[in-house]
Amino acid sequence: MARACILIFALACLSGCNAQQSTLSVFGADAREIRQIAIVLTVGAVVIFAITALLYIRAVRAPEESLNHHQGMRMILWVGAIGPTLILTALLLYALPAMRPRPASPADLVIRVEGEQFWWRVAYQPPNGGAPLPSANEIRLPVGRTVVFELAATDVIHSFWIPGLGGKMDMIPGRTNRLVVKAEKAGRYRGVCAEFCGLSHALMAFDVVAMEPAAFDTWLADARAIVPPPAIATPGRTLFDAQGCGACHTITGTPHAGIIGPDLSRFGERLTLGAGILPLTTENIAAFIRAPHQTKPGVRMPAYPQLSDEDARAIAHYLKGLR
Amino acid sequence: MSLHDQDDPALRAAQEERLRAVWKPPSGLFLRWTDCNNDRVGVWYVLTAFAFMLFAGVLALIMRTQLAVPDNDLVSAGTFNQLFTLHGSMMMFLFAVPMFEAVSIILLPQLLGARDLPFPRLSAFGYWSFLLGGVFVGGSIFFNAAPDGGWFMYPPLTTRTDLSGLGADIWMLGLSFIEVSSVAAAVELIVGVLKCRPPGMRLNLMPLYAWYMLVVAVMILFAFPPLIAGDILFEMERLLNWPFFDASRGGDPLLWQHLFWIFGHPEVYIVFLPSIALFAMLVPTFSNRHLLGYPWIVLAAVGTAFLSFGLWVHHMFTTGLPKISLAFFSAASEAVAIPTAVQIFVFIATLWAGRVTWSTPLLYATGSLAIFVIGGLTGVMVAVAPFDWQAHDTYFIVAHLHYVLIGGTLLPLFAGLYYYWPLITGKRLSDRLGRIAFWMLFVGANLTFFPMHFSGLMGMPRRVFTYPEELGLGGLNMASTLGAWLFAAGVAVICVDLCLSPRRAKAQRNPWGAGTLEWLAHPDDEDWGIRSIPLIESRYPIWDQKDFVQKVDEGRFFLPDAEEGRRETIVTTVLDARPLAVIRLGTPSVIPILTALSLGGVFILTTYHLYWAALVCAVATLACAIWWLWTGTAEIPEKPCKPIGHGIELPLYISGPAAPGWWAMFITMMADATAFSGLVFGYYFFWTRHADFPPMAMADGPGMYWPMVALVLGVASWLATIAALEVHARGDVGIARLLLMLGIATSLAGIAAGLAGPWTHGMDPENHSYPAIVWTLTVWTVAHAGIAAIMQSYALARSIARRMDPQHDADIRNVTVYMHFFALTAIVAYATIGLFPSLS
Repeated sequence: MARACILIFALACLSGCNAQQSTLSVFGADAREIRQIAIVLTVGAVVIFAITALLYIRAVRAPEESLNHHQGMRMILWVGAIGPTLILTALLLYALPAMRPRPASPADLVIRVEGEQFWWRVAYQPPNGGAPLPSANEIRLPVGRTVVFELAATDVIHSFWIPGLGGKMDMIPGRTNRLVVKAEKAGRYRGVCAEFCGLSHALMAFDVVAMEPAAFDTWLADARAIVPPPAIATPGRTLFDAQGCGACHTITGTPHAGIIGPDLSRFGERLTLGAGILPLTTENIAAFIRAPHQTKPGVRMPAYPQLSDEDARAIAHYLKGLR
Repeated sequence: MSLHDQDDPALRAAQEERLRAVWKPPSGLFLRWTDCNNDRVGVWYVLTAFAFMLFAGVLALIMRTQLAVPDNDLVSAGTFNQLFTLHGSMMMFLFAVPMFEAVSIILLPQLLGARDLPFPRLSAFGYWSFLLGGVFVGGSIFFNAAPDGGWFMYPPLTTRTDLSGLGADIWMLGLSFIEVSSVAAAVELIVGVLKCRPPGMRLNLMPLYAWYMLVVAVMILFAFPPLIAGDILFEMERLLNWPFFDASRGGDPLLWQHLFWIFGHPEVYIVFLPSIALFAMLVPTFSNRHLLGYPWIVLAAVGTAFLSFGLWVHHMFTTGLPKISLAFFSAASEAVAIPTAVQIFVFIATLWAGRVTWSTPLLYATGSLAIFVIGGLTGVMVAVAPFDWQAHDTYFIVAHLHYVLIGGTLLPLFAGLYYYWPLITGKRLSDRLGRIAFWMLFVGANLTFFPMHFSGLMGMPRRVFTYPEELGLGGLNMASTLGAWLFAAGVAVICVDLCLSPRRAKAQRNPWGAGTLEWLAHPDDEDWGIRSIPLIESRYPIWDQKDFVQKVDEGRFFLPDAEEGRRETIVTTVLDARPLAVIRLGTPSVIPILTALSLGGVFILTTYHLYWAALVCAVATLACAIWWLWTGTAEIPEKPCKPIGHGIELPLYISGPAAPGWWAMFITMMADATAFSGLVFGYYFFWTRHADFPPMAMADGPGMYWPMVALVLGVASWLATIAALEVHARGDVGIARLLLMLGIATSLAGIAAGLAGPWTHGMDPENHSYPAIVWTLTVWTVAHAGIAAIMQSYALARSIARRMDPQHDADIRNVTVYMHFFALTAIVAYATIGLFPSLS
């Protein structure tokens, strides 16, 4: 066993550590508390396993009658029944405080996230009122402030999980679940869908950017100030119009206001494409427009094989310029 | 007949000749499959379940190979989803549970010194249903039509017909069919343990395997029906568009999760407890002493069973339930570790106190305990709700559950295989190959699943067909894949060992020197099960009772003969096993196969929406069932009593609570009532979910009038049947027949009245969950009224055909048991739909 553990740790280190999507490299208060619990639980489990294994080996090697009936019954009572009861009671008392939901106040930022096959519809609802800011497949949040996620789903069940930030919460059609979190360290992270939701469940992720509060406030204000993109008829923009992309996608400040697919306003600012699965390069965007199913089986977006490579790149270029 | 009669070898030889003739298996290319002797059906059952396990294992190997490296494209996402769905579903429904039932069908009569189980044809029916359903579900992957919604089948992904295909129906209907056969086997095992023990084997002398079998079968009885209720709602939504799980029409996806996990968590213990039971048989043998702490382990098994029904919500910790219920279920989930620890320490204490003989089965048992303890400890970890919020639906859970199931089901079964192979085949397996295989399995399992704890915590969700390279999970996954191949190679070594077995020489009798009854089996096995049914005075009669084996073999105990040329076994009382009667057992017949085929037709044809053909099959199923009952049950014997030796005379006919048939009916109806309570739970669940339930716009249906009329008619039918039973017992056969006719009439009128409520109010079940659940409760109840009418007609016909008379009244007694439950169903259903809307 020990040798296997060492081997596995070695393998884990060889494969390189991922700091973006791990419950072990945390950036949120809840994930940090849970990691603490996990360490306590693991140490306890290892100790209990070792004691049980030693007792078992001792039992097999012991000569006959080295334990009489009375002693045996006492061992079952104390080691088998009373011991575990005490340990588990202590464990429950230790873990109970962590089950309390993090307190939130009406002044906290609310981010509504809806899971859809296979992407995330995001809306920032600032505490001071005003229209919510729509976005998709990327979540920005301020470090050091409590943030409330309102989680819902429209088609099937999804689960919203940012491993470095805190535990997961399911998104269930017909219900709105709340998850209150607090980021503690700025940086770029990743979240995923944790409930099996269909063909491309494995390809449903999102980027998480934890920002310093001041930077976040600036970003949010910028994003909410509607600045239409320059109304110059670039080839990409013309094609975007002509292909009817606006039937499903919104670009603020333009007539495109479709709400079936992800919001594309400030698309160029995003870190990835296709719900956290591809780097945001012109090539990737063009390829995705022409054949989204190839990267993402089961995606709702229709393919555009009739678009020439050049046209697709033009649209990609246009989209990448949206900031 | 006294002890000394058996001194005569010629008499013994003549008895043996008669027994051999009576228990002769059918032969011939086709007829051999009509056998229902537990030895043979059990072996088919085991082999089939083993084959399904190998198949499901290959599916897992394909998955592991796909996941060996990041961004792999060996299989498509669609195929991968079918692979993991089928792997989980088959391992649970086609391997773990049926394997327990199969092993029990082989072992139970031996453990209890019975000739066979009380309902051999029911075992055969269960087996053929299992084979048919299993091939149907498993084979679907070759047509790219396998279910792909996960073994948990969460709606709405699986109920929306635009998002899921035929696979969902195959899962629901194919596995419902298998659930029926599982419940049938559970009924058989419970009645077997309670009623077919040898004289003197009081409950506290029962071999522990029988105790566990009783506990597990009772768990099956209460765990599977909620799933069957869920299946019904699920298929109503898929086939008829009744919106139980559609939030936009008043449904709720979480209802399915509750019903599924009320089944799903006990299921874990259903597949784990039998393995502890195997340990409880082999640990004393290899410790060369009685098990230390018999009462402790029995209490622990019963305690585990109770607790396992109270912790299903730990599968739903992330669904946003109130935190207070999380704390409760967290505590309950941790608590179940306590009886588990007790069971493990019973074994440790026994080994400690005894003189240990090291052997291959004990090696497997030791290895499985090590793996299981790790799985149990990670189980306690995930029982802590906050930790579960992180670990849930990640590879950490994959690691945890495979540690539990490999340590708690698969390796123990291999321990049992090496231990019991000589009992079943008369040959021993190779110790060398067994140990080589063990180390491959042990290292393979750890290499596969230990790294998954880390890949899970490092952010790898479950049920992903691939993962990006940047996550740095490649090394851990490669280790898992190598481990899986090593594990598979270990299983292959075991298969080789099994295949070599026919070439080996016969082993001696009782090769491990065990003390329990099943080791009376002789390597040159006879089909009669046991030569004479012994009087039991100890938990380890072979060790403790003087000249025990010799006395059994020489027919010095009970029922050493088959004078009338019938297959027979002794029925005893439930608590202290006093002999009550000799019952005649079912003989080989084609009826079980035909019943299984026609019932299978109902489920399979419905999958393809061939409703008329399915209806034909349903009628055929009913016809087969009646044919089976009419020709095979409650037969009036040619003489009232027969001697079984030692001056004891036992009746050949019993009815009422003393009879196995009555118990079977009672137990079946417990399962039926549990399924019904699942549906009623649905009604009240919707009520708790909605501020206005029934919704104002639909609140007038089904009204109070018709449900109350139907309720009164149902109660009247019940009272008529009870009255018929009473006057029949007093000899007034004519009045009893009239009362039965009255019962039939009221049952049939009850159908009309039941349907009239929702019908006259124009309740459209496609509109909203409220009319849908009202219709479901109504249809369930009127279907039971229909069955009541059929049963009452059956009793009437038996009476007219003179197959039932006041001294032989098992039929009407069993029908009355059904009617008690029917009355309960009618009262609860009609009071709920008729009265509750005016209260709320």
